[in-house]
Amino acid sequence: MSAIQQERETIQPSLQTDRSHGGWLASLLLTAVWLALPSIGIAAEGTAAGPTEYRDIPYIGSRNLVWIVAQLHLLLAGFVLGVPIFAWLCEVIAWRGGEKRYDKLAKEFTKLLTSAYATTALFGGILLFLLVAFYPKLMNYLTDVFFPSFLLYCLLFLFETATLYLYWYGWDAMQHGRKKTLHVFLGFLLNFFALFIMIVPNAWATFQSSPVVISEGTAIERAWAATWNPTWWPINIHRLIANVVLGGYICGAYAGVRYLSVKSKEDREHYDWMGYVGNFIGVFGLLALPFAGYWLMREIYQYNQQMGITLMGGFLSWLFIIQAMLIGVLFLGSNYYFWLGITYRIPGSEAKYRKAMLMMLISLLLCLAVWMTPHSLVASIEEAQKMGGAHHPLLGVLGVMSAKMTVSNLMILITFMSFVMYWRAGKEDTAGWAKLGKAVMGAVLVLASLAVIVLGVWGYFVPAIVRINYFSTSQVLIVIFVILTITPLTALLLKSAKTTTEMVWGSMPPRAGYSLVLNAVMVILLMTLMGYARSSSRVHWHVYGVMRDSSPYAYSPALGSASLIMAFCTFFFCILVAFIFWVATMGDKYKAAGGPGKEELPHGIPAMAGGAPDERKKT
Amino acid sequence: MGALGKPIILMIVMYLFLKFVLPIIPGSAPLPSSLIFLYLILTASGIVIYETLSGESKDAFWGPIQRFLTGENIGGLQALRYGVLILFPLLVGWQTYGSTATSDLPPTESRTIHPAPPGEYTGLVNPVPKTPENIMQGKGFYAAFCSPCHGGNFDGKGPAARGYIPAPANFADPTTIAMLQESYLFWRIKKGGVGLPIEGAPWKSAMPRWELELPDEWIWKIIMGEYDGAHQSPRTWE
Repeated sequence: MSAIQQERETIQPSLQTDRSHGGWLASLLLTAVWLALPSIGIAAEGTAAGPTEYRDIPYIGSRNLVWIVAQLHLLLAGFVLGVPIFAWLCEVIAWRGGEKRYDKLAKEFTKLLTSAYATTALFGGILLFLLVAFYPKLMNYLTDVFFPSFLLYCLLFLFETATLYLYWYGWDAMQHGRKKTLHVFLGFLLNFFALFIMIVPNAWATFQSSPVVISEGTAIERAWAATWNPTWWPINIHRLIANVVLGGYICGAYAGVRYLSVKSKEDREHYDWMGYVGNFIGVFGLLALPFAGYWLMREIYQYNQQMGITLMGGFLSWLFIIQAMLIGVLFLGSNYYFWLGITYRIPGSEAKYRKAMLMMLISLLLCLAVWMTPHSLVASIEEAQKMGGAHHPLLGVLGVMSAKMTVSNLMILITFMSFVMYWRAGKEDTAGWAKLGKAVMGAVLVLASLAVIVLGVWGYFVPAIVRINYFSTSQVLIVIFVILTITPLTALLLKSAKTTTEMVWGSMPPRAGYSLVLNAVMVILLMTLMGYARSSSRVHWHVYGVMRDSSPYAYSPALGSASLIMAFCTFFFCILVAFIFWVATMGDKYKAAGGPGKEELPHGIPAMAGGAPDERKKT
Repeated sequence: MGALGKPIILMIVMYLFLKFVLPIIPGSAPLPSSLIFLYLILTASGIVIYETLSGESKDAFWGPIQRFLTGENIGGLQALRYGVLILFPLLVGWQTYGSTATSDLPPTESRTIHPAPPGEYTGLVNPVPKTPENIMQGKGFYAAFCSPCHGGNFDGKGPAARGYIPAPANFADPTTIAMLQESYLFWRIKKGGVGLPIEGAPWKSAMPRWELELPDEWIWKIIMGEYDGAHQSPRTWE
């Protein structure tokens, strides 16, 4: 009797018994059976006598299923690891500065976190089962290499979970005195464990791209060598920043949606402010993200020329044009939100800053036009004949890294200045040195912009290594210098400034909420896109240069079909997040609607549903 | 139409600039429609962003469009409104048909200029010492074998260049060989157009497979001569 028949005979009686529970249970079981098919050996592949190397699943295919689940897990994990960073920072600001609204905000962020945490773990578990079922040979190899770090990861997960529970459930109980200090310490621990929870699996993933294999030594020595591979730290830094960006923009989108739906003035003010903070956090990370991305690409290129060219010059290079478009929309969306804030939250400021906004917008669009101009253009035969090939003789120079680095740095500078403009709006300088201070800031900004452009143009006339090691680095340092100079100077100026117009929260138009949602969707799309790029750069290798992919899926999907999966992942993740947030806020809405007191609820609202600890305290 | 006039004029001016002015700048060429479309989308996005920054500008910009589309107090423009409402979907349908229907024209290309080299070529180091004699010798080989297409000035304008689409690479352009390592050039010269991998489709390269004619040492010398003659340096990591 075949395994399928056995399975069928086991399942069918169960279905009959459970019919009374309704069709949903039957559907659930059928789905489970369908998911379990690979584990009973459907389409198992291996050598005639040897162990099974691959298993497949009908219709969707094992690779696509793993791709989707891995991407969703990564997106959820990005959110879950990014949010505690700024939730904790908000709590620290409230703790040291005494502003209670930051504590409320931190708590609201953490509520979203607790709801998403379980789902992340769930997808992680599904991913693990699928990997073990579909890729036994690969998983066996990776287990051999990384066994000690698997154990470490389990321990970290236990610590992280325990800390999160204490942090969330202890929020209200640890509000004052030394208990608050302890709570803040718990927040620190939460982030500490979260960081390691991120970097340990990063080692497994980066090992597949840039493996370091040693045949001698103990298990720990081999695992350590494999962990410390060339792209491990570049990915760690890149993902850490990207997680903050993702978390910030998703919290911003959450606030945007809530802002659009709430009725009371108080709620509108709160969610307007929360949207601002979410956008600020997203932008703050976004300013640093291109630097980290550049470092990662540099390391990949240096590690293996073939992989570098596949990504930046080969068939994956078109992804970077799409990437430019998505990042461009993010920059435009974030700046638009700042500008709307100036116009609507600070009445009377629009007239003063409209010209500046126009100049910034034009500059951003020019930069984006350069960033999005491909080196090889999409052209018909006739158009290519007129150009003399796929390169445009005049605009072709915009298609290489020197131009891209220059405009990305300029866009960072413009976005930073947008924020400074927002910060200064509605205030009048009173300090005696204000004129001089502003002149210095203006000079720094102009000179820095010129220096970035000069280095960018000069970059065409020096050897590539000089451009990569010195010019691009100098451009980044110049931008950092501007940020580090203008931020404290502005803060000093504003310390003594007179507020001429009070900030009016809750007055933003609906399109501000929509722009927050758009930013979140863009950053999710961006992560799915670059996830595909990083994974596809291994081409037909499971472990680059070490273990070849010998499954029927040992090919890179065409960009069109890959974009379908990316779009699906983005859509599904948005739906998932919307569901999680809906569940998380169910209790609040019930309370706001004047539902029965907590005393009447039999079991309280679970943490998964964002049940607030203060509600538990009352029971 | 007051507040709408400026954006419409701006879009038209931008289109005319990209279509007719930019191509006549010395050293330029007509832009492909994909690039014109991209720049026009950016312009339109800029207009929408700017015009919706405040309530007043949004109403001034969007109000006439909304009134026109809903037919609210538009008087004699009603016929035009119906025309737009009928023609616009037809235009979209025509565009969709045009982009999917079978055509005798070759498809639009998204050629990968620099496909990844095979693994055995990555990391190769030029074994020939970089001496003035070797560079001179390389330039001599270049003059004999490469310059008919790539030009005596290394600018892709050799006497035979006009016969090829795409044109032979211009080595003096800092966006060509200066971006690549010597091992990459070695692979491309040795294997030629026929040695391009799948991702190099549609394999439009008339580059001969020089491994049939030239020993490896000559190829390495040619590479040195090319970089020196084009005043470029190969990509290195030191």
